[in-house]
Amino acid sequence: MNSLLMLPPFLPLLIGAIFALLLRGQLRNTIMVLTPLVGALNLYGLDSGIFWSLEFMGYELQPVRIDKLSLMFGYLFHIASFIAIIYALHVKDSVQHVASLAYAASAVGAVFAGDLLTLFIFWELLALTSVFLIWARRTKKAYSSGIRYLIIQVLSGVILLAGLLIYAKLNNSLLFNEIGLENQGLAQLSAWLIFIAFGIKCAFPFAHNWLTDSYPEATPTGTIFLASFTTKVAVYALARGFPGTELLVWIGVTMACFPIFFAVIENDLRRVLAYSMINQIGFMVVGIGIGTSVALNGAVAHAFNDVIFKGLLMMTMGAVLHMTGKINGSELGGLYKSMPKTTILCIVGAASISAFPLFSGFVSKSMIMSAAVAEGYDIVWLLLLFAAAGVFHHAGIKIPYFAFFAHDSGIRTTEPPKNMLIAMTLAALACVTIGTFPQYTVYALLPWDASYQPYDLTHVLTQLQLLFFSALAFVWLNLRHMYPPELPSTNLDADWIYRRFMPNIIKRVAATMFNAYSTVEQSAIASIKLMINQSYDSEEARPKGNSARLWPTETMVIWVAVLLATYLVLYYVL
Amino acid sequence: MLEQNLAALPIILPLIAAPLAIILGRTMPIWILATLVSGCASIISLQLLDTVLTTGVISYAVGGWQAPWGIELRIDTANAFVLVAVTAISTLVLLFSKDSIVKEIDCSKHALFYTAHLLCLAGLSGILITGDAFNLFVFLEISSLATYTLVSLARDKRCLTAAFRYLVMGTIGATFILIGVGLLYMKTGTLNMLDLATRIDLYDSSRTINTGLAFIIVGVSIKLALFPLHMWLPPAYTHAPSAVTAFLASTATKVAVYVMVRFIFTIFGASYVFHSMGMETILMLFAIIAIFKCSYTAAMQKNVKSTLAYSSVAQIGYMVLGISLVNVTGLMSGLLHIFNHALMKGALFMAVGAVFYRLGSADISAFKGLGKRMPLTMAAFTLAGLSIIGVPLTVGFISKWYLVTAALEQSHWFIAAAVLGGSLLAVVYIGRILEAAYFQEPDEANVAKISEAPLSMLIPMWILVIANIYFGIDTSFTTEAAQHAAELLFQNGQVMEVKP
Repeated sequence: MNSLLMLPPFLPLLIGAIFALLLRGQLRNTIMVLTPLVGALNLYGLDSGIFWSLEFMGYELQPVRIDKLSLMFGYLFHIASFIAIIYALHVKDSVQHVASLAYAASAVGAVFAGDLLTLFIFWELLALTSVFLIWARRTKKAYSSGIRYLIIQVLSGVILLAGLLIYAKLNNSLLFNEIGLENQGLAQLSAWLIFIAFGIKCAFPFAHNWLTDSYPEATPTGTIFLASFTTKVAVYALARGFPGTELLVWIGVTMACFPIFFAVIENDLRRVLAYSMINQIGFMVVGIGIGTSVALNGAVAHAFNDVIFKGLLMMTMGAVLHMTGKINGSELGGLYKSMPKTTILCIVGAASISAFPLFSGFVSKSMIMSAAVAEGYDIVWLLLLFAAAGVFHHAGIKIPYFAFFAHDSGIRTTEPPKNMLIAMTLAALACVTIGTFPQYTVYALLPWDASYQPYDLTHVLTQLQLLFFSALAFVWLNLRHMYPPELPSTNLDADWIYRRFMPNIIKRVAATMFNAYSTVEQSAIASIKLMINQSYDSEEARPKGNSARLWPTETMVIWVAVLLATYLVLYYVL
Repeated sequence: MLEQNLAALPIILPLIAAPLAIILGRTMPIWILATLVSGCASIISLQLLDTVLTTGVISYAVGGWQAPWGIELRIDTANAFVLVAVTAISTLVLLFSKDSIVKEIDCSKHALFYTAHLLCLAGLSGILITGDAFNLFVFLEISSLATYTLVSLARDKRCLTAAFRYLVMGTIGATFILIGVGLLYMKTGTLNMLDLATRIDLYDSSRTINTGLAFIIVGVSIKLALFPLHMWLPPAYTHAPSAVTAFLASTATKVAVYVMVRFIFTIFGASYVFHSMGMETILMLFAIIAIFKCSYTAAMQKNVKSTLAYSSVAQIGYMVLGISLVNVTGLMSGLLHIFNHALMKGALFMAVGAVFYRLGSADISAFKGLGKRMPLTMAAFTLAGLSIIGVPLTVGFISKWYLVTAALEQSHWFIAAAVLGGSLLAVVYIGRILEAAYFQEPDEANVAKISEAPLSMLIPMWILVIANIYFGIDTSFTTEAAQHAAELLFQNGQVMEVKP
């Protein structure tokens, strides 16, 4: 069907971006809503295979390669951009609309890239287009955060470029297929460079700070786009390039566990969600690392679901920010009275991320967990269980509790604009539908062949036990007033360790580190400043700086003599 | 008749036109004459390149005196390729200069400008085409003397000291080359390049020839402004009239790079220079320092012309780096960069010339707010700047690609990294100009006089910009020519045949 609409998958979105640049008002809104629909239709009309291949400097390029894995992400990105566009319709800012559509187009382009060079181009475009969503907040903080974001993202691209150059040289091919880390010599170097480039975008531990730094600084609507694309493209790239790399299991477990601690002590609720995003990506990375078809399916299915439920949670928090102008947990509370619909939608999102049965998180997270057990990763399974409980605590309970319940902050507002409500409702419906009928929705799209049934007794029971005991602990501790009301933590056990001790230790260590760092930083800055100031061309007529100063003719001639003498001596010796 | 003598025409035409220009006396006819002559020369050189690529080397005996006694003009792919770049840039610069020099050169000196430009073109073409080492020196002097004159023509009096420095250094360089050629002649008794090559091969190690090599390398290094012998270049390029700078920056030093290639590969032979004498390490060292030091210095300049001048020295570093890698890909990237750099620097200096035309200043502060007021000029500047940085789809990327490939072929990881690192510095020095142009408001005093540059400047500028992008996408012409030239030069370097 649709033989008329044979476009590269990213093109409809890009054309939409151009329309968004030129048009205004109702017409623009209509076209923007239609854009992802047309894009998805176009995608539906394309068969699997390789399109528009071309030759560049002796290498074969495949700008569009369609297979089940890329299709799954392609559909996901279209759904996500559809929802996010509706959510952002009330915004009048052209910069944001153009940037978000171009950003979505780059994400789609990246997952359909059949060669590393095309991937690199879209990889950098992702960075360049998305940074405007951060800058569009138009605060000083957002600006500098955006700069940091851009530097790290471009760095990732440069590393990718370095890796792909070596890769192309060695393999005489730029095609993007499984790479793997088990090589020797240069091949290993190139694989590691590519791996690190993917890892930075995927927010691996120690490379994750760009995410928690910048996402909460973006505009309320921009964050939805940001949360949907960049990291998921990285997950896709890892699934394509490094499936079954054992290292990824341990990286993923670390990612799933460590953000919990940070999420708990964080006050900015959107930053809490940013940490929980790393945690969810951790699950996906574990799945990719295990590398069996169930695990890989679980990873991509979880990416699929995560975009939707994390988007939903981000949207509800965005709605709160939009209506009240506040996002810190300590300043909010009691909003359920004035925003009842948003509250319910937020709880749906919270239930999904916590993996309640019948909600979308359950059907994909359990795949990864059972794959871990099946492959004998018992410790990993336990740690993932801990991480799952942590998610329930900080995303499932902390977010709705702080924003909508807890103590009444006295804020009285209304429900967010209709378009926001519609977008959130769509996402919530998607969560429930996927959770209830996985076979007809997300499982139908899975790229690898493996049958999996989430709703058996063990899974449901384990998950419910985990959740209900967590909830019980929360309720009991709350009734006994064992919590200061600002920090209603409810993890199963040991939460007091990281609530009481960890922050202190972290604070102390951080303070020492920070002092040392700032000393080093200041002296480094001072010496760099000195160097730059001394070399700067500062005066009107006659350059005086170290670098700009012109040598007198004698000096130049002396250099000539020195060089000649050196050469002669050298040749004499040789 | 014409067909046979085609090889000599790129030299003869401008050489004859130069005195004619003085006689004509009035600016307009001179301009037409100069442009026509230069245009003819570029068409002829394209024709020559085509002939060379299809039928092989052209050898032309001047005055019917056969080599090695007479002077031989010898055209192979390497010099035909550079010749195309030089004559094409010369034509575009002449188109550009009609309006540009009105602001920068006294009316009384316009005839002088065109005469000197034609002489310079004749000299540069001569250097490229000749197959005789001494004849090369003669043409080098013709072009250099014309260049000193060109630099000193500007209204800004600082150009005089700059031209004087250039004169002193240039003369030392030329003298060194002459001494070097003299030493070779003393040992071998011949001046024809090919003949020299075969005879030098006969001597396994000779102090005289070694000394000759030292003199020639140092002399040519001055001419091509290789760090640390580059200090004549920035003031000369900064204070010369913009049209002159656009011409010199994209041709004069590049021809000197060609001279270095010719001496090393054709006359001395790569194995002698690199393997016996170990020159590759020294050249590589200087090239890398040039890339970093001069890119850094470029970022510190207040004057945009000076920034671009230092950037030129850094770019020469890339070319020499390519040569010092001693493989076909490296030499090819060097030759390719000669052509590509001519395209980008020509466009950049023309854009600066256009700004100078409107504002009378090339300081970075003059660029404030120009993104809105001179959109076409600044768009050209931006695209050419991206090319300097080496963004994909521009010629800069192609040069760097091959340079990095060459470094990787030799497993010089550090150098591949240095090339990429150098590009980051280019981002800085181009970026700060773009920042002023697009993100800063213009000074009140300047607002009134800012408007888009005249069409006569925009057209040649944009031709170069489009060439930057065209040759960045369709690389077949440039890479094939450079590849062919590099392979040929390497073969020459290993030719061992001995004539009785």
